[in-house]
Amino acid sequence: MTIATRKPVEERTDVVIRFADDSGTGMQVSGDQFASASALFGNDLSTLPDFPAEIRAPAGTLAGISSFQVRFSSEDIHTPGDDVDVLVAMNPAALKVSLPLVRANGIILVNTAGFSAKNLRLADYDTNPLDDSSLDRYQVFKVDLVELTKSALKEFTDLSAREAERAKNMFALGMVFWLFHRPLEHTIEWISAYFNRPGREKFIEPNIAALKSGYVYAEATELFATSYEVKPAPLRPGTYRNINGNSGLVMGLIAASKKSGLPLFFAGYPITPASQILHELSQYRHCRVRTVQCEDEIAAMGATIGAAYGGSLSVTASSGPGIALKQEALSLAISMELPLVVCNVQRGGPSTGLPTKTEQSDLFQAICGRHGESPLPVLATSRPGDCFDVAFMAARIAIKYMTPVIVLSDGYLGNGTEPWRIPEADELDAIPVKFHTEVEGFEAFRRDPETLARPWALPGTPGLEHRVGGLEKADGSGNVSYDPINHEVMTHHRADKVARVATEIPPTEVHGPDEGDVLILGWGGTYGSIRAAAERLSAAGHTVSRAHIRWLNPLPSDLEDILKRFKRVLLPELNLGQLSTFLRSRYLVDVQSLNKMQGKPFTSGEIEDAVRNLL
Amino acid sequence: MAIDAPPAAAEAAPPLTRADFESDQIVRWCPGCGDYAILAQMQRTLPEIGVAAHNVVFISGIGCSSRFPYYMDTYGIHSVHGRAPALATGLKASRPDLDVWVVTGDGDALSIGGNHLLHICRRNVDVNILLFNNQIYGLTKGQYSPTSPIGTKSYSTPTGSIDAPFNPLRIAIAANASFIARAIDRDLKHLSEMIKRAHAHRGTALLEIYQDCIVFNKGAFAPLSDKASKEDRVIYLHHGEPMIFGKTRDKGIRLDGLQPRVVSLTDGAYGTADLLVHDEDDEHGTLADIIASFQEREDFPRPLGVVRDVERVCYEDVLEQRVADAVEERGEPSLQELFETGDTWEVPEHPAS
Ligand code: SF4
Repeated sequence: MTIATRKPVEERTDVVIRFADDSGTGMQVSGDQFASASALFGNDLSTLPDFPAEIRAPAGTLAGISSFQVRFSSEDIHTPGDDVDVLVAMNPAALKVSLPLVRANGIILVNTAGFSAKNLRLADYDTNPLDDSSLDRYQVFKVDLVELTKSALKEFTDLSAREAERAKNMFALGMVFWLFHRPLEHTIEWISAYFNRPGREKFIEPNIAALKSGYVYAEATELFATSYEVKPAPLRPGTYRNINGNSGLVMGLIAASKKSGLPLFFAGYPITPASQILHELSQYRHCRVRTVQCEDEIAAMGATIGAAYGGSLSVTASSGPGIALKQEALSLAISMELPLVVCNVQRGGPSTGLPTKTEQSDLFQAICGRHGESPLPVLATSRPGDCFDVAFMAARIAIKYMTPVIVLSDGYLGNGTEPWRIPEADELDAIPVKFHTEVEGFEAFRRDPETLARPWALPGTPGLEHRVGGLEKADGSGNVSYDPINHEVMTHHRADKVARVATEIPPTEVHGPDEGDVLILGWGGTYGSIRAAAERLSAAGHTVSRAHIRWLNPLPSDLEDILKRFKRVLLPELNLGQLSTFLRSRYLVDVQSLNKMQGKPFTSGEIEDAVRNLL
Repeated sequence: MAIDAPPAAAEAAPPLTRADFESDQIVRWCPGCGDYAILAQMQRTLPEIGVAAHNVVFISGIGCSSRFPYYMDTYGIHSVHGRAPALATGLKASRPDLDVWVVTGDGDALSIGGNHLLHICRRNVDVNILLFNNQIYGLTKGQYSPTSPIGTKSYSTPTGSIDAPFNPLRIAIAANASFIARAIDRDLKHLSEMIKRAHAHRGTALLEIYQDCIVFNKGAFAPLSDKASKEDRVIYLHHGEPMIFGKTRDKGIRLDGLQPRVVSLTDGAYGTADLLVHDEDDEHGTLADIIASFQEREDFPRPLGVVRDVERVCYEDVLEQRVADAVEERGEPSLQELFETGDTWEVPEHPAS
């Protein structure tokens, strides 16, 4: 579709759009398509899907709203944005839930057909906000999307009225595409592929027609006085694809499998928001990936241990409650000193908590979970693309040190997308693997003097028959030992081995002066908000430094020095201050904790305000 | 259905002996425990089967019986309470070349690990499960177990247990285990035969072994092994043969509608031809369930032998096939090709950056 001569076109560096509707209506799809089109166009982008725990929550209710926020920019960006520039609200509940996020004078595109008396009541509106003055500070565009979509699809006589109405999200998407000069081709291709299934083909043409009609409608009616252009961002040259954190983990694990030459084995149990890892890996059978959907989380952990014992690159993934179930068996993996990776895509807890929302509250569980002295390396991802690097690194460390490793991701990173600069496969380091085969002098727990790793001796190797298990093992031979001194020695060996992983950690990067008044320290998914806040503060003339750590256990060896070089350290965390607690007790530094437990990431404004209070 | 052992694997090395399967660890069960006999019989039987010790892995959970792997000079894992079937599934699904055995007990397999037992049977992973049933918790010093009869007095049930016991065979049938058998620690020849049959079977083989815990539940199975009572209290199952038992082979079992009945073969009412004929190849488990129910019926003999042996496709075989098919159909991509799957775009060099 070509872009006709336009009325005024305004150039923007940065736009945040939020699509909001009842769950199950395809709003996530609209948002995702807009993100893909923007990525292909060359913008930098960041997305924030936000959906209820119920699959089809009651229509029209505040609790049932599913939204998808896309921020796209001609500059390098790090968060899905604090303030919404354009809200597409399909009903009163969608409007009410999202309105606090919309900036003054922002654009609100509402579907008037959704504003029935019943829907107004469900959203707790006494009067229709479209008729009173409550929306005066915004640019409101009222469109009957249902009527428009139905009339656009008149010729598709085999569709029921209901089926035609369902294409309204595509009509709305078409309008937004016009508003931001986005090409439609990519979405048309997507629609054609998506509905190309038995019984669904009849939806291909109507959805394409709805998309195009929305675009034409916006153009023809001159509904919007202005349209906006957001130029491509000057990203680092290279080949890019859009990736979310869960896919990033999957790619990193497959890369580690190829680079180590170990077949990838994954055992999992369905759990939000980690299931996508199981789904995606199951599609890589042609890369010799073996996946098993187990009967429960405990079995998944057990199967992962079994496959690690057999010599696979063995992985499981879950979220908080599932990780809790795995902990007993994870202690066995620590005791057996087997390499494997456990990914935790964290969500709001305790218990079922906020299953579809994000939180960083499993740090204690990762480091202190289990029973006995059971240390293991823990590292956290900070961006969707970083999930790739962290998964790759976790596999490498697991193998090199013969230890289970926990990777902490979170729901925000897992579902959120950003452009990922595709690495050169040849430039990724090989992951060396040495299976022990030498019979002479073999002892199952004789350690490598440098890493303290024990040999990996696979069943099937003649002459190395040996038994390992949960009972304490004699230092060296690995035979069962109840000797008191030996237990203490082994406890230290297990701890020292994990401590030695610190030698793998590169120097911590401090952005800004490396000493001074304020350091913002972060870990995990707070990366983008912290970076954006720090950049805004610097732009406003403040001197603020920031550092982000990937390693939570062991901690980087230079961290204590860095912390002590600043008068104040602010540590924003989506929990009650778990890393701050560790740092305070470990280093006796007065780390100030900034906490949030709303199932949502920090806005950069929240962090900025907290820093300003310290300055 | 073949009763013979499978042909010995063609290993060039001299044949192995019992000593080749004995580890250097001191066996630490109570003197007189039934576990000793089972261990010895396993060490004797494996050389007869002809497996190579380095391809064998014993995986156990927690409990007295679960110390078993330490005493076998093969590969072995002493794992987590109840979870041995899960570990075995992961190992076998990733290493189908290995000969994987699970050693478990009544508490381990049927209480804490009940779920995993069901699911390994359902999946039909080619693993041999030896369930040592002593109807008591031994290692934790004598609490009643999920197979203890109602009324069992133990430390945790001083006035007798009130919950009904599980019948392990019926659980295996419900989970569609493709091989189900029972043996007893006092009949070693038969036990050895059952070990061989379990091993020969492709798919999950559940072998329940009655095992005497002489410290906490002494003589629980004595009537099934004492010379005086044994022949009237036990029926050995033989495929294709009528169900006859008794000291003078004077009793039989016949079906009366869906109900089995013990009948006399001497009072002239019934002859051998009227009796129920055992059929291991019992696709729907109907007969297997009737046989498994004997222990819940008064005056019925306890069946020992192979209850069921049917062919079902193995989980790991299908998984391997799926991988092979996918590689064949789609080709194995390079890492770079994988990275670049889907929508990608180029960001060119830009002088401004
Ligand atoms: S407690 Fe019972 S089962 Fe355990 S070793 Fe002693 S006799 Fe055997």
